[in-house]
Amino acid sequence: MIEVRGIKKAFGDQEVLKGIDMDLKPGQCNLIIGSSGSGKTVMLKSIVGLIQPDAGQVLLDGRDWTAMKERDRKVLRQEMGMVFQASALFTSLSVEDNVRFPLDFFSSMSPAEKDQRVAFCLDRVRIPQSALSKNPAELSGGMQKRVAIARAIVLNPKYLFCDEPNSGLDPETSIVIDQLIQEITREFGMTTVVNTHDMNSVLEIGDHVVLMRHGHKVWEGAGPDILKSDDQEVVDYVFRSALFKRVRAAMNK
Amino acid sequence: MLSGFLRGLGSYFLFLGAVFRRPESWREYFKSFVRETELLGMSSIPLVVFISLFMGAVLTIQTAINLDDPFIPDMYIGIAVREGILLEFAPTIVSLILAGKVGSNISSSLGTMRVTEQMDALQVMGINPASYLVLPKIGASLLFFPILVIFSIFMGLLGGYLAGDWLHLVNPDNFLMGYFDEFQPYYVVYSLTKTVVFAFIISSVSAWYGYHVKGGAVEVGKASTKAVVAMSFSIILFNYILTDVMLQ
Repeated sequence: MIEVRGIKKAFGDQEVLKGIDMDLKPGQCNLIIGSSGSGKTVMLKSIVGLIQPDAGQVLLDGRDWTAMKERDRKVLRQEMGMVFQASALFTSLSVEDNVRFPLDFFSSMSPAEKDQRVAFCLDRVRIPQSALSKNPAELSGGMQKRVAIARAIVLNPKYLFCDEPNSGLDPETSIVIDQLIQEITREFGMTTVVNTHDMNSVLEIGDHVVLMRHGHKVWEGAGPDILKSDDQEVVDYVFRSALFKRVRAAMNK
Repeated sequence: MLSGFLRGLGSYFLFLGAVFRRPESWREYFKSFVRETELLGMSSIPLVVFISLFMGAVLTIQTAINLDDPFIPDMYIGIAVREGILLEFAPTIVSLILAGKVGSNISSSLGTMRVTEQMDALQVMGINPASYLVLPKIGASLLFFPILVIFSIFMGLLGGYLAGDWLHLVNPDNFLMGYFDEFQPYYVVYSLTKTVVFAFIISSVSAWYGYHVKGGAVEVGKASTKAVVAMSFSIILFNYILTDVMLQ
């Protein structure tokens, strides 16, 4: 369980997070959703420790992550994997070496065991053998995201964080990535936190959803329940697209 | 303007503090160091050889023309070319050229890693990005730049000799005698000391600019340009300070 308690963050005069609480459920796909500028990326970066919040706590299974010294954080970081919006694959390394990279740093496996683990993770995200020696720049956006997922899970983390994993992908590939994240979460029992503004993701994989708006939490609950909410801010966000307006109208009939 | 400079200087020293931390994995840092040596050092050899050969040749031609007097032996032209190459051209001019080639490479590569979140990825993994990305570059520069400057000295002297001989500007034997006459080994120490200081300036200043890029591709280019300007200023300033301290 990831518990977020009273997180505040400001950049100069601009208050981006205004005291947010949320409980991100273990072994589930937790989605933080909201429009651009709602503060969800700052929230995710505060949870993973890329941004130090001004106030509040992040508890990872009861461990106060925000109060930890850097040395202790480094140990805990090996329980985390993260998929970035732009994939953030190392362009100086091949696909295979990108996935091997965390193992080389933090694993005591033999070279043969590392080979096996890398092959397993790449196979799990359905990357073909022919792509292993390629540079990440030679891959499509969807394949880059899959390699990023493989790299994120190679150390078998307890927590998986994904920042806008569908960004820049076509709808079909987005569904593939969503399903992959869900499968991996179930298979490895990870606590997954996905940052997205894609309502399809909410309906596809959202076990637990937190809606943010202007630095506040607007709604939190089980994924499917968001469609039943009468809260006007939730309705405005969820049913803003023409398609969802029609769905809403059909549901009301 | 002064407060901005002081803030930048403070940030630079804090950055160095983050760079000189205990590596998470010595083996991975060493692998990176070997890669950087190849990337920053070995790949600069052809450029240094080419520039040094022709600069040596130009130095000989200019000196020979200016000292074209029957009362001045050709040996003195050799001495002047040797001292010019050893004291100033090889360490300072080659460092300025490397600031453009290597420094802008470091700055733009780190800047690109910053804006594409590759540094954030390292940090989330528990790797200190400042140390892992910059320390091997500084190490490779400190090791390889003196080697490049030694190359440059030999190539400059060779270029000077060949130009003097082919263009019949000097008597080759007398000119060559000048290369060895009253040679002071301390000048090599002076030259290499300057090179080590310049290597540190080039690798650390360019890394600082690249590491702190905010924004996108345009900012990466701007940071690279600012880095080359700052490095050039610093090299010229430290060239004066070191010359004053070491040669007076």
